[in-house]
Amino acid sequence: MTTPEPHAGNVWPIWEVFVRSSRGLSHVHAGSLHAPDAAMALRNARDLYTRRNEGVSIWVVPADAIASSDPDSKGSFFESPQGKDYRHATYYTKSEGVKHL
Amino acid sequence: MSTSPETAAAAAPAAEETSGHGDVSVGVKAASGSGEATASATRITPGNALRPEDIALAVSRGTAKPSEDVAEFALRLGDDALILAQRLGHWISRAPELEEDIALGNIALDQLGHARSFLSYAGGALGGDGTARSEDDLAYFRREPEFRSVEIFEIPNGDFAVTIARQFVVSYYQFELYRRLVESTDATLAGIAAKAVKEVDYHRDHSAQWVLRLAQGTEVSREKMIHGFKVVWPYVDELFRDDELTARLAAAGAAVEPSSLRADFDRLTGEVLAAAELEVPKVQPAPGGGRKGLHSEHLGYILAEMQVLAREYPGASW
Repeated sequence: MTTPEPHAGNVWPIWEVFVRSSRGLSHVHAGSLHAPDAAMALRNARDLYTRRNEGVSIWVVPADAIASSDPDSKGSFFESPQGKDYRHATYYTKSEGVKHL
Repeated sequence: MSTSPETAAAAAPAAEETSGHGDVSVGVKAASGSGEATASATRITPGNALRPEDIALAVSRGTAKPSEDVAEFALRLGDDALILAQRLGHWISRAPELEEDIALGNIALDQLGHARSFLSYAGGALGGDGTARSEDDLAYFRREPEFRSVEIFEIPNGDFAVTIARQFVVSYYQFELYRRLVESTDATLAGIAAKAVKEVDYHRDHSAQWVLRLAQGTEVSREKMIHGFKVVWPYVDELFRDDELTARLAAAGAAVEPSSLRADFDRLTGEVLAAAELEVPKVQPAPGGGRKGLHSEHLGYILAEMQVLAREYPGASW
């Protein structure tokens, strides 16, 4: 555990890539890549993730700038809404005479 | 002089049946470049650019036929792109990083696509007895003195900085050339250039980014970038040499004199070099001779590797 990471200073940082496939849709996470800086990350993303006409716009984000939820706290984080069907519109009966619902 | 892009485009639906492409429903508009409005908002399509298959089909149907001069010119540009593609392809699995590996592979494939288009078109007038020669005939079954590429495309890859230096030079050259060929009186040549110029524009950006980073990175990377340009620069002059063919084509409006590209090339490469705090190397130009079939010792080895399979097993497919 005391061994330092090999070539830590020479490894390009990781970037997360988000691609928008067409106007009107949102950017969707496509994958990740290595790049020395943001400008090169965009270019690498273009080469890696839009080779088959997949995109009209790309975002790249340094992977370590993303805060993510903890997979281990899935229970407390995501299971609470289960069974709370009153949070869905379909739980409620439609009032008579209301149009355009 | 030859076919209009529309007639080449009209040939596309038939090509679609045999090309193995998935959804090419918008491919019909080939060279017109106006398919955006009809493309689906969600479906991924291969797009609607002019493909080498469309050109080959138009040539075989006789709807696109280059003049002898245009064919010879297309052969030059096709050979330049083909040899560069072969050189760049060598980087695949060897680049400094996986991402760069794919970037160089992409550029190689772009160049291969340009080569296929130019050679398919050139083949329309190079049969001698009036028959067409296919792109494969031209790529795999010509001998070294029959190739028309200039020397910069066949020089060895060297290290990454040498490859970037060459890529920087040739992409700025190709951009200036294709940008002008879009206006060619030969519609097929103009169509190929219109597709290629966008791709080469990206190649310019890619190599310029690397020139800036290598030149201003570490002491070692700067040294290598300076060395790269020193290796490559003797071959720059040959790109801009005029001859009788280019004079005739320029007079006909089908092409431009290579020398007319030089001022823009010098200005634009100069801007990047200045930003990278590099100087144009003071070197003697190499004699060259590729346009006449006189090549360096390197081309033979490139061709041997590229052609061996096709010659060993003529007609092989997989």
